Amino acid sequence: MELIKLILRNTLRQRLRAALTIMGMAVAILAFCLLRTVVDAWYAGVAAASPNRLVTRNAVSLIFPMPINYRQKILQVPGVSRVAYANWFGGVYIDERNFFPRMAVGPEIFFDLFPEFVLPDDHLKAFQKQRNACIAGQKLVQKYGWKLGDTINLTGNIYPGDWQFVLSGVYRGATKTTDETQFFFRWDYLDEVLKKNMPYLSGYAGWYVVQIRNPFESGAISRTIDALFKNSWAETLTETEKAFQMGFVAMTDAIVTAVRMVSFVVIGVILLVLANTMTMTARERMSEYAVLKTLGFGNRFLFFLISGESVTLALLGGLLGMALAFPVADVFAAEMSTLLPVFHIHWKTLLLATVLCLAIGLLASAFPTWRATRIRIASALSHIG
Amino acid sequence: MTENKSATGALPIVLVENIHKSYRRGSQEISVLRGINLSVAEGNFIALMGPSGSGKTTLLNLIAGIDRPDEGHLFVAGTDITLLGELDLARWRAHHVGFVFQFYNLLPVLSGLENVELPLLLRDLTRKQRREHAMLALELVGLQDRMHHYPRELSGGQQQRVAIARAIVTDPTLIVADEPTGDLDKASAAEVLGLMEQLNREFGKTIIMVTHDPRAAEKAKEIHRLDKGVFNNK
Repeated sequence: MELIKLILRNTLRQRLRAALTIMGMAVAILAFCLLRTVVDAWYAGVAAASPNRLVTRNAVSLIFPMPINYRQKILQVPGVSRVAYANWFGGVYIDERNFFPRMAVGPEIFFDLFPEFVLPDDHLKAFQKQRNACIAGQKLVQKYGWKLGDTINLTGNIYPGDWQFVLSGVYRGATKTTDETQFFFRWDYLDEVLKKNMPYLSGYAGWYVVQIRNPFESGAISRTIDALFKNSWAETLTETEKAFQMGFVAMTDAIVTAVRMVSFVVIGVILLVLANTMTMTARERMSEYAVLKTLGFGNRFLFFLISGESVTLALLGGLLGMALAFPVADVFAAEMSTLLPVFHIHWKTLLLATVLCLAIGLLASAFPTWRATRIRIASALSHIG
Repeated sequence: MTENKSATGALPIVLVENIHKSYRRGSQEISVLRGINLSVAEGNFIALMGPSGSGKTTLLNLIAGIDRPDEGHLFVAGTDITLLGELDLARWRAHHVGFVFQFYNLLPVLSGLENVELPLLLRDLTRKQRREHAMLALELVGLQDRMHHYPRELSGGQQQRVAIARAIVTDPTLIVADEPTGDLDKASAAEVLGLMEQLNREFGKTIIMVTHDPRAAEKAKEIHRLDKGVFNNK
């Protein structure tokens, strides 16, 4: 108890130095939390992937579609319970900067396969009833101020033309990590228009989402599905949803690695700053450590005294940084909602930041503690005055 | 065996036998103490005097167990402290020696009472017992009314009295004082010396004091003069 009192009083002894160190630490931990959250956001699709969902796409590339009749064939594969399908639409909403994912989906069961999209029954029924209906995520609706019944105009690029959709439903995420910025409309509406204007593009799905009964059979089922279409003009590649999402992340792997590295460089920099502070502090107090040793206090006491002060500074700064990370992340999330739709500080990030604060505190005090424990009392006391 | 025998003839509480100590300064070896012998009886109050560099502070540090001799033996209360390891020596200091320094060396973040309480943290005492002991020690040095003041709020003389209270609070075998009046004005120095004299006379405390000041040395029962690492008591 007395030791803790002494640590706290020593910590606040040089108020300006302590305040600057705490603020530096806070900024570093804030940056660390945000950078880690950027990485988490990058992997949000992977994290949200379900183990009992497979994705079947064209083996050559995702940009090449597959015939819509593949759905019936996939449904025949043992172990498959349901199959949904979708097309990437692209398009522009007012301005190209207003990016959000826009997809044409089979209206029958698509939302049954994605329970993480929580949709009221009446919204789903309205979607299934009206041919040009669409469903949007809650964040998207809030961002653009849409209301149910509003007409949303998109300009097509992959599928040229002016497209009009009526907002019939709004989904919310089952968890904080669910993307609430997606926009879905009916595949049959897309196909109907294509049949009229661009018949060569109709009758195709971009990918199939395959629900399986047993996740442990995903490998065998994937192989069976791909074997069905072997030597056809549109061979398939089936993989778990997680692997499918990882494929997107892998394209930007270098960026993610760089962000990760920068987050640890920030920690390295603040470690040096705190180590410098603690070295200065300990050097100024060598005579006090000598007095404590004279009175009979051992090296263990000095270790707790110095490292305790260092850890206190690191933790105070770290906690401040973590507290600031939440409002800053909210602002960041609002600004970057289209690029990083799921931007939440994960508890694992906070835990890692806390562990790093402790480690920084201990490491920063290692050298001054070592010096303090090695001082010769007589020579340290002879320098006093 | 010893150049200086106890004047009182009582059993020695401190026995210094043929102590040698030298320091290295670069490539040069400086011999500070050269075969010192000294015997201090229990309850004695001795002053070590001598010019700068004569080795008096080094001898005091050796007797107090905060430095080690190159050669020779040091017995304090029957223990040869030259044979103790670092940890045992630290424990021994905590139990047997009270320190008074020239510049008081109080911890600035602790109040007078907390500074006095500090050595008691190494004893098996409750918080209440520690407080009681520390308050009693402060009462003995006449500072009970300023016990909650921090060192920066006290005069030099008052800080030295707190340091004396810290030195006596564990009831040590021996009190060592290195120039206790060196940083004080005349009046404060007189107060501090009076206090040390009182501790020796009324409580039978054995005191070894290093001083340059002849008026301070007059308060001691014995004066030992060091010159170039040997006693010169002519």
